[in-house]
Amino acid sequence: MRPRPLRWLPVATLVALLAVVAAGCGGSSSSSASSTSTAAAASCVKSQLNLVKKGQLTLATDNPAYPPWFGGGTPKGSTWKFNDPSTQKGYESAVAYAIVKQLGFTPSQVKWVVASFDQLFKPGPRNYDFDVNQVSVTPQRAKSVSFSNSYYNTNQALVAIKGTPITKAKTIADLKPYKLGAQIGTTSYDYIVKHIKPDKQPAVYNNSNDVNSGLKTGGIDGIVVDLPTAFIITGAEEVPNSVVVGRFPALGSGDHFGAVFAKGNSLVKCVNQALATLKANGTLTQLQNKWISNAGAPVLK
Amino acid sequence: MTTDADPGRGSRILGDLKGSGGGQRSVWIALASTLVFAGILVALIVTSPGWPAVKASFFNRKIFFDSLPEIAHAFLLNIRIFLTAEVFILVFALLIAVLRGLPGPVFFPIRGLAIAYTDFFRGVPTILVVYILGFGAPALQLSWLEWATPLFWGTLALVLVYSAYVAEVYRAGIESVHTSQEAAARSLGLSRLKTLRYVIVPQAVRRVIPPLLNDFIGLTKDTALVAFLGPVEAFRQSQIDVAATFNYTPYMCAALLFVLLTIPLARLTDWLVARERKRQLAGGAR
Amino acid sequence: MSSNGRALQLEAVRKSFGEHEVLKGVDLDVGEHEVFCLIGASGSGKSTLLRCVNLLEPVNSGRILLHGEEITRRDVDVNRVRRGIGIVFQAYNLFPHMSVLRNVTLAPRKVLGKPGAEANAEAIALLERFGLADKRDEFPDRLSGGQQQRVAIVRALAMQPDLMLLDEVTSALDPELVAEVLSVIRELAEGGMTMLIATHEMTFARDIANKVCFLDEGRILEQGPPEKIFGDPEEPRTRQFLGRIVEAGRL
Repeated sequence: MRPRPLRWLPVATLVALLAVVAAGCGGSSSSSASSTSTAAAASCVKSQLNLVKKGQLTLATDNPAYPPWFGGGTPKGSTWKFNDPSTQKGYESAVAYAIVKQLGFTPSQVKWVVASFDQLFKPGPRNYDFDVNQVSVTPQRAKSVSFSNSYYNTNQALVAIKGTPITKAKTIADLKPYKLGAQIGTTSYDYIVKHIKPDKQPAVYNNSNDVNSGLKTGGIDGIVVDLPTAFIITGAEEVPNSVVVGRFPALGSGDHFGAVFAKGNSLVKCVNQALATLKANGTLTQLQNKWISNAGAPVLK
Repeated sequence: MTTDADPGRGSRILGDLKGSGGGQRSVWIALASTLVFAGILVALIVTSPGWPAVKASFFNRKIFFDSLPEIAHAFLLNIRIFLTAEVFILVFALLIAVLRGLPGPVFFPIRGLAIAYTDFFRGVPTILVVYILGFGAPALQLSWLEWATPLFWGTLALVLVYSAYVAEVYRAGIESVHTSQEAAARSLGLSRLKTLRYVIVPQAVRRVIPPLLNDFIGLTKDTALVAFLGPVEAFRQSQIDVAATFNYTPYMCAALLFVLLTIPLARLTDWLVARERKRQLAGGAR
Repeated sequence: MSSNGRALQLEAVRKSFGEHEVLKGVDLDVGEHEVFCLIGASGSGKSTLLRCVNLLEPVNSGRILLHGEEITRRDVDVNRVRRGIGIVFQAYNLFPHMSVLRNVTLAPRKVLGKPGAEANAEAIALLERFGLADKRDEFPDRLSGGQQQRVAIVRALAMQPDLMLLDEVTSALDPELVAEVLSVIRELAEGGMTMLIATHEMTFARDIANKVCFLDEGRILEQGPPEKIFGDPEEPRTRQFLGRIVEAGRL
C-alpha cells in the first residue's frame, strides 16, 4: 500500500540519528580544556595568583558544614547550617585560613560559597578557587580535577549502637553478617565493598544526617565513616547511645583529604607550597590536635 | 485529504499518500529538513569551545562501559520495586475510586475520607512521604513492625502516593461511562456492587489505559526515591560511580536504562488501546 | 402472589425533577398478559413513567403495585423487584465490552446464579428464536441498530420477567430496521407477555395493544381500547395529537 521507498523511512531516520549521536560521543577522557592558564604563574606572588576574583580568595564547601571539619556555629544572619566556615573554627576552616595567610591574604579577603558534592567536578569554569569538603584523593578522580597535597590522613571507623551484637565484633570477618551503611561519595562506601565485603548489600545515604537516621531507626547495624566524624557522632550524641566499635586499617596508603581545584588550575602549586610550609612548621599537627579527637579506638583487622 | 483526528490513523495517513507524487515529495522534504536541522544542532554543539570538556565529563566511553554492568544489576531492584508497587497501586487505587463514588448522605464520611486521601497524597511531595515513612515509622519502635525494612517503607510510600493519582484516573474513567450503562445493569437486577464489578469498572479501565500506563511510567522513575532510605538502586549506583570517578557519564548509563524500559511500556499501551478498539468498535478489522 | 389479576397498578403517581413536575397524578392499570401502549408527545412523561415503574426513579407521591405488592414502599428489595421486570431502552444500552452472548447471560449467571453452561444454552435458544444465534460472539458495536435492539430485548427476556417495559425501542432505528424489532415484540405479545409499551409507532400500537392511553403533560388524558382511541378520540388534545400524526403519514 505504501510506496516502496517510504517503507524504509523510519529505519533510515533512526540510522541517521544514531550516526549523528555516535559521532558526538566516545573517546576516553582526556585532560579537558581548562579555563585557567597552565603555563603562566610559576610565581606565587599575591598579585599574580590565578583567582576567580582578583584581590579575594573564594573558597567553597558544602552546606551544611559538619564538625569537626567546621565549627563555631552559625552567627546571626548566616545562611550556613550547623557551622559557618567564616568563623575560622573547625579543622578544615582553620587549615583553609592558614593557607590563606600563607598566600598573603587576610581573613576579611576570604569569601565562602556553597558547592555541593556533584558540583565539584562539573565541566566548565568554577565560581570558586578551591573547595575543602573532606574529599578523598584518588587517581581516578584526579583525571577530572586537580587536588592539592594531603592536608589530612585518616582511617575509616565503625559506629554502632551500644549493646547491639555488632559491638562485639573484633575483626573484619566478624562484620560479615551485618548491614552496614555509608554516605554517598565517600571512600567509606568503597571500603565496605572492597575490604569488608559483608554478606548484605550496604546501604547508601545522601548525607550524614540520613546515615545517622539509618542507624537510629535500625535500617543499618553500623556506620562506616572516617574516624574524626565517628568521634563526633558518638561524642556529640548525633546518634544517642552510640559507640565507636573500632577503626579499620588503611587500604593502601589510606585516605587523604585534598583541596579540589579545576583541572589544571595553577593555583594548586601555590597552595601546595603553603601546605608544605604548614606541615614543616607544625601548624598542621597543631590544628589536628586542636580540632580532631585524639581518643583511641581498637583496630578491627 | 483526511481530516479525522483519530490517532490510530497516523500510519494510514502515510498510506493515503500512495501514488500522489506531491504527498510523497513532501514527506521526503520533511525528513530531509529534520535531518538538516538535527545536523545543525549537533554541529553547533560539537564545535562549541566547551564541548571537549563536556564530552569528557558526560560521554566518556570507558567509564560508560565500566559502570554499566553494576548499574544494570542495580536496575533489577528498580524493576522489583515498581512491579511490586504497581500491583498494590492498581488494586488500592480502585478501592479508593469506588469509595469516592458511593452515593447518598449515609456514605458521606467515607467519601470524605477518600477525598482527603487523594488531596493529601497528591499534594505532599513523594520524597517527603518516603522520608517520613522511612525514618519516622521505624523510630516509633513498634515491635510488630520490626520486620519492616527501608525497602518496604520506600515501596509503601510509593504505593500510598501513586494510589492517590491513579484513583483519580480511575474516577475519571468511571464517570466517563454513561449513566445509561448503570441504568441498564441495575434494571437487570444487578446490585450496585455487581454493576460496578461487571459493567462499569471493566469499561472504565479500558478507557483510561493510556493515563494508567502514563502513571506507571512515572512510577518507574520514582523508584529512585527509595534510595534515599539506603537501598542501592540504579540511580544511586550511578551516583556512587559518579562520585568515585568524578565524572557524570554513569548518569548516562542510568538514563539509558530508564529510557529502554519506558519504550516497551509505551508500545504496550499502544497495543492495548489498539486491541480494544479493534475488538469493540465498528470499523475495526472484521 | 395474590394480584387480583392486575399485573401493574399506578395510583396517583407524582414525579418531579426539582421544580419541574413531570408526572401529575397518574393512575394506570395493566392486567396480566395485557399489552398496554402509551402514546404522547415527547416530554409528556412516558419515559419517566416507565423508569418509575422499575424504580430507576423514586416517585414523589403515590403508589405503584406490581402483582399486588407495593413496590414504592421504603423497605422494598429493589434488586428483587427489578428481576421480575424487563426494560428495553431507546438507546439499547448493550454492554460494549462484552459479546452478545455474555450480554445476555450476565444477569442470569450473576444475579440468578445459573451455572455458565445452563445460562449459555438458554441464551442461545433465545437468540435462535429471534434469529440472532450466529451473532452470539460478536461485540455490540459490530451489529446494526435493529440487531442490537433485538439483543437488548433478548437480554431482558433472559431473566424471565413477568412484565416487560419498552421505552420507544424503535425510535432510534433506521426505518428499514424497525420492522424486525416490531415483529419480535409482536411475537412476545402473542406469547402472552404482559407489556407496557411507550411508542410512536401508531399503526403497530393499534395492531397489538389491548389498551392505549394518551399521556399529555404528565396526565393521562384519555385511555381505552385502540379502536376507540385511534378511531374516535374524545378529548380535543388527543384528536389534535393524532391529527398531526395522520398528517405526517404515520397512521
